[in-house]
Amino acid sequence: MAEVRPLPVRIQVTDGALIPGKGDKTVRASWKIALFGALGLLVFLPLYNMAPVQEFVLSLWAGLFPSPDLTARLAFLRSGKYQNIWVDILLYLPDGLAVTFSVTLSSILLATVFGLAAGLGQISRVVLLNRIATVYVEVIRGIPLLVQIFYIYFALGNLFHLDGFFAAVLSMAFCYGAYMGEIFRAGIQAVPVGQMEAALALGLSRSQAIRRIILPQTVKIILPAIGNEFIALLKDSSMVSVMALVDLLRLAKNYGSNHGDYFPPLTVVALVYLVMTLILSWLVALMEERLNQNAR
Amino acid sequence: MPDRVRIEGASKSFGELQALKNVSMSVGAGETVVVIGPSGSGKSTLLRAVNRLEVLTSGDIWIDEDHVTSHASDIRRIREEVGMVFQNFNLFPHLTVLQNLMLAPTCVKKRSKADAEKQAVGLLARVGLSEKKDAWPEQLSGGQKQRVAIARALAMEPKVMLFDEPTSALDPEMVKEVLDVMLDLAREGMTLMVVTHEMGFAKAAAHRVIFMDQGEIIETGSPADLFERPQNERTKKFLAHIL
Repeated sequence: MAEVRPLPVRIQVTDGALIPGKGDKTVRASWKIALFGALGLLVFLPLYNMAPVQEFVLSLWAGLFPSPDLTARLAFLRSGKYQNIWVDILLYLPDGLAVTFSVTLSSILLATVFGLAAGLGQISRVVLLNRIATVYVEVIRGIPLLVQIFYIYFALGNLFHLDGFFAAVLSMAFCYGAYMGEIFRAGIQAVPVGQMEAALALGLSRSQAIRRIILPQTVKIILPAIGNEFIALLKDSSMVSVMALVDLLRLAKNYGSNHGDYFPPLTVVALVYLVMTLILSWLVALMEERLNQNAR
Repeated sequence: MPDRVRIEGASKSFGELQALKNVSMSVGAGETVVVIGPSGSGKSTLLRAVNRLEVLTSGDIWIDEDHVTSHASDIRRIREEVGMVFQNFNLFPHLTVLQNLMLAPTCVKKRSKADAEKQAVGLLARVGLSEKKDAWPEQLSGGQKQRVAIARALAMEPKVMLFDEPTSALDPEMVKEVLDVMLDLAREGMTLMVVTHEMGFAKAAAHRVIFMDQGEIIETGSPADLFERPQNERTKKFLAHIL
């Protein structure tokens, strides 16, 4: 039995999966169990529901506990009308995955732009810019993402005839831009003040100093945090399924209502999300480690 | 010697605290002036006011005919001609040694890369760090970092160099290598204003030593006079403390 040690006291500013860093055995173990469990289920469930396998299992049961219900199910299996919907769903998935990924990627890119603007605005000495940025961050962080999505898609979308994809990316980026604004601000302020002084003393302007000296160091500081935002955004992108966008979740919901059974599609989609976030959090942990190794 | 740096009636308050009280002094062209005094005496604030990293509450500072404290002046252009070396080096950690030296000449003076690199290589040779040109700052010792910082400031070809306790963050065995570079600068006729606790450097290089306490200049004199025959009681007390 692996030794179960209490988690070290660490408060992470993220709602993503725990990061399986080195030397964090408990988290690593649970990360492995979750990942391989999910992958295993994704392989096992379609295989288990293949017609020959089902037939074998059902006839075994029917032999042990004969019942009219089992006999009817066996007959249906043998009739050739049986369809393995677990495989069917997996074949449908790529469309939803593509939508989920393109929404996530476009949103994270746009959110980075908003976030950088908000972060720079929050440290700006120009009062107006500073106010706009701080109020933006304050307001957006106080409104649930789902409400924002409804607002942009249904309320504003009606007014301006926004296309679903565009509305989705805009609302996600607007919301995540505010979170990332905080990350950028903290990252900029984490660069020692002497760096700015040295740059100014050499004759650089404030904006040159920020571009050439402060931001390159900020990026290194905030990369892991941005990675976490990426994971959180990937998950939250499921909220855009309320729009006319067929992302992973919406696809599962459609499939479920068409076939009158929500259990298989939602199970598969939940597992796929889980696998994606677990792999991404592992990548973020890798990146963090590499950054710490050559900490310059 | 014509005045290169002229400070007239400089005062600075941080809230209740008066860091500088009506300080006037000057540094002649080619002169080395060392400012000494206990911590909190305002000597660093005074030095940082010379390139306006610290904005004075009142008073005026000129560098040649440039009015540093006037908001009408182009402070960036003035800063190009004022080199500054900090206690904590403040090298740019994401740039190599060579890039640290080349940044301001290419970015501010718009010199070509080749030109800036040639100059940077020359300056590194001058501070004895030719072999470190491709190193990262974190790979250098404290003394090496400070010598790179001096070379970085010299790359802008300043007419004044400000040193803010340049050896205070160094291990004792590294102090000399930095002071030697500063001594060379002084002998070559660079104008230096140095805040330091290194009395050895003051004796060897300074034309004048200024003793400050509680935001005021208490006494000014040649190193020989000030160190051997201090007039003021506070100067005597301070010197007795550190010598």
